[in-house]
Amino acid sequence: MPTPILTINNIVKHFDISGGFLDQIRFTKGKFNLEKTTVKAVNNVSLSINKGETLSVVGESGCGKSTLARVVMGLYPPNSGEILYNDTRIDTLSHKEMLPFRKKMQMIFQDPYASLNPRKTVQRTLEEPLRFHNPKMSTTQINDKIKEIMEQVGVDPAWAKRFPHEFSGGQRQRISIARGLILDPELIVADEPVSALDVSIQAQILNLLMDAGKERGLTYLFITHDLSVVQHISTRVAVMYLGTLCEVADTAKLFKNPQHPYTRALLSAIPKIGETAAKHIKLKGEVPTPVNLPSGCVFHERCVNANERCPREVPVLNTLDNGTQVACHAVEEGREII
Amino acid sequence: MPHLLDIQNLEVKFALRTGDITAIDGVSFSLDKGETLGIVGESGAGKSVTGFSIINLISKPGFISQGRIFFNGEEISSFSDAQMRQIRGNKISMIFQDPMMTLNPVFTIGTQMIETLLAHKKISKAEAKKIALQKLEKVYIPSPEKRLNQYPHELSGGMRQRIIIAIALLTDPELIIADEPTTALDVTIQAEIMDLLQELCTIDNMALILITHDLAVVSQVTKKIAVMYAGKVIESGPTNEVILHPQHPYTKGLIKSIPGAIKPGEDLMQIPGMMPTLTEIPPGCSFNPRCNEKIEICETKIPDPRETDAGTKVSCHLI
Repeated sequence: MPTPILTINNIVKHFDISGGFLDQIRFTKGKFNLEKTTVKAVNNVSLSINKGETLSVVGESGCGKSTLARVVMGLYPPNSGEILYNDTRIDTLSHKEMLPFRKKMQMIFQDPYASLNPRKTVQRTLEEPLRFHNPKMSTTQINDKIKEIMEQVGVDPAWAKRFPHEFSGGQRQRISIARGLILDPELIVADEPVSALDVSIQAQILNLLMDAGKERGLTYLFITHDLSVVQHISTRVAVMYLGTLCEVADTAKLFKNPQHPYTRALLSAIPKIGETAAKHIKLKGEVPTPVNLPSGCVFHERCVNANERCPREVPVLNTLDNGTQVACHAVEEGREII
Repeated sequence: MPHLLDIQNLEVKFALRTGDITAIDGVSFSLDKGETLGIVGESGAGKSVTGFSIINLISKPGFISQGRIFFNGEEISSFSDAQMRQIRGNKISMIFQDPMMTLNPVFTIGTQMIETLLAHKKISKAEAKKIALQKLEKVYIPSPEKRLNQYPHELSGGMRQRIIIAIALLTDPELIIADEPTTALDVTIQAEIMDLLQELCTIDNMALILITHDLAVVSQVTKKIAVMYAGKVIESGPTNEVILHPQHPYTKGLIKSIPGAIKPGEDLMQIPGMMPTLTEIPPGCSFNPRCNEKIEICETKIPDPRETDAGTKVSCHLI
């Protein structure tokens, strides 16, 4: 039985975007009312990540995958639900109590241009987390550690005195990875770490992440929209749509035999090299806004398999015989899925 | 019968204080009616500059320093600005990457479409509106009447890109240049937009130049392909041939570095280093410092494009 390193239970995260008093005033049915507008970014998501695995969360823009990553890291407090790290609940901890956990969980961001401080040299960027979390470390120890980590990510340690603008996008992403690894974390949350890079550079960074993962026994929570990257690096995949989980499955099973109608449509839309355009499944309409979520199954308006049950009842994540978890009435009832 | 578009030995330079740098170096290709060509390469390879220079949208300090561009047998590279306006946005339309930046946020869709038509054709406003509606229907926009009175922010990204394609179609162009048209969009929407572009090419016998960094998209949509590296076309030919049997070490590396081409979990093929900046192009073949098959001559002599038996053109000393 694999041990989960991180478990999240029924996480809900809503953002209030109603603005000030004047923005909230609405005129309806002859009366002035105050109305709140909330973006329902993540709704009732439960997941667990096992030690040493790479779990990818995929979905299209606006599905709440980045919000989920930030909630996990404690960057946004969840509205409800709980986050457990090795059986310790961490979402209710104070800042001080959270410190030892922050050391074990590190994050890598998408844009290596925005995530590095332009006024700090690589040396200062890398030594800050070390000094903060290990106040007793000597300067020599710190410098050795920085040298070691820079070599590992493939940036010449002689460049430690340089500023981020002197590096290319790929090298900057290497430095962000070095910053993530320098505290020897157990869990890395990577939010679209290769989306801003060219293919040949993307391959270098993916190899680096996979190698570091193997060497250090890291666990990855990988957020991405690129399904070919997902297929390549992950052990398990969680597919999100409009803030809810549609399907969680082992990578091979998901790509070979997707269950949820949305997963099917998503996979059929990936262009594959060397193949002439295969027929992809067309979805009806467009992604609704997370401000006004559809009733019942959030996907029912676009699903060709929906019947009268789908707009009424929210589907729950059921585990199938092969271990795949799917939230779909059609799959549950064994209806034929187009 | 002349080609629809024929580019011969195009060279584009940018005049900088430190001297001229060459962004496009001797690019040649041709395109016939109804043909589709994909230009691929990484950022900075010069694919967008190639696209822009066809309709003379290169702004200062850039300029076309050499080469000739023929459209329907006419040399458009020597056209005056006034003559060029008859072609640009009329016979040749362009679609850009970011649908939010391309549309003007303060005018309705209808205003923007009608304005485009009135600028190119001597027709009444009512007629222009009719054409606009037709084109919106053509790109499968639901309830087109309503859309004409909407502003860009009221529409989703995919819908906006459809509107932009509709605007590009207004004057029934013979050639559409699409510069990364789906890079800002999600995969499911990308698949829809690509279907649409392909359909338009077949039905209206329109030619398409698709500029993108995504080899997979090109391999599905276009019949011909040109792979660019540091301002040069290093390999070109029928798409299937180039994708399935790449000859140039760069093309080989590029295809192998895409996840999905090999078994999951295995190391991806890496091309070491990165593309040189245009000011520091190495002597000889510009790819030689990153090439794993390089021989002595690569460091000194620039390779000429050579025809292969399979009908592709490759610029490499090894061929």
